[in-house]
Amino acid sequence: MSERFDIVIVGAGTAGLSAAIYATRSGKKALVLEEMAYGGQIINTPEVANYPGIAKISGFDFAQGLYDQATGLGAEVRFEFVSGAEKAEKGFVITTDVDTYEAGALILATGAKNRPLGMEHEEEWIGSGVSYCATCDGAFFKGKDVAVAGGGNTALEDAIFLTEYCNKVYLIHRRDELRGEKHLQDTLRKKENAEFVLNVSIDALLGEDRLSGVAVTDKATGAKRDIIVDGLFVAIGQMPANKAFSNLVTLDDKGYIVAGEDCKTTSEGVFAAGDCRTKEVRQLTTAAADGAVAALAACSYLQEKE
Amino acid sequence: MAVYEITEDNFDEVVGKSEVPVLVDFWASWCGPCKMLGPVVESVAEEADGFAVGKVNVDDQGELAARFNISSIPCLILFKNGEEAARSVGFIPKDKVLALAKS
Repeated sequence: MSERFDIVIVGAGTAGLSAAIYATRSGKKALVLEEMAYGGQIINTPEVANYPGIAKISGFDFAQGLYDQATGLGAEVRFEFVSGAEKAEKGFVITTDVDTYEAGALILATGAKNRPLGMEHEEEWIGSGVSYCATCDGAFFKGKDVAVAGGGNTALEDAIFLTEYCNKVYLIHRRDELRGEKHLQDTLRKKENAEFVLNVSIDALLGEDRLSGVAVTDKATGAKRDIIVDGLFVAIGQMPANKAFSNLVTLDDKGYIVAGEDCKTTSEGVFAAGDCRTKEVRQLTTAAADGAVAALAACSYLQEKE
Repeated sequence: MAVYEITEDNFDEVVGKSEVPVLVDFWASWCGPCKMLGPVVESVAEEADGFAVGKVNVDDQGELAARFNISSIPCLILFKNGEEAARSVGFIPKDKVLALAKS
């Protein structure tokens, strides 16, 4: 028989662990299922300086604190991949690569992942020239030529950061205008070792067994160019990972779970917290807030059911 | 078993001449996912059967990191007879670390 919990939470990022804290403090038996590392996206952030009440903390320490707090209160965290969930007689059945679980209520806190370019070799060369985190991997490209793909704030911040380490930094973007804030654009334009390669399509990632360059075509002139680099930092935004739950909850056209500030989804007893749901502001504080809202809503739901 | 502290100086001795495969964790103190993987690797080392476990601090051992083309960490490399046999980049849970070590 499957092990039963009051609340099963999918995802051990800020939203999921915050939900676990509130659920356990409300006396509920809570299980958090996580595919990778606990902490979510914040573990790659060297310094968090916008969390109210904490002037400065590393993303890792923040995540560790959350994890210790949640597990200290009695929440279970297991490292399993959730392949799906469905309604059952008494709540929900959640299937992982290891086991199945029963839950009275379900909180989806699946977060968001880095959006890939979708090029051949891209996934294969992660760690061999392809990276999604300039602050994590930039130091390995000291004195080398690198490229950043993207036109938003993250791409600009990554490019500015990399100009400090690297010989040359190309900013490659598919439009001729950048979405990122003007002051970031201005900062990057002042860097002598930065070159803007705008209004191009990326045709291929070049290389034999690791990345050696990026082939692009100028959209205006049709001119082709091979940009020779040792590293490519992909910063074209985030994407949700909710496909496994599309039978249970409604997703918007981008794949986010449709839910308001009350974290209620289209399915009774299923709540969505953090970056995985439709929302305007995706920040650490809003993820934590969602965790609290979703957990307390789940507790009310369970109480009504009794 | 303990986790070997691997350096440029002892690599050939500890990894190159090892009779069993050696799983090496390339890490740095400023890398969040590395700090999460560290305890996982240590617990795998405690149970290690038929393989050994080591770690390389890439800040102190830049030459080793360059020698194995490390460009993203955490990076686990399984060495057999001193040669790279398998590699995994990013945090992975314990069962996957074990699977890599026994691959």
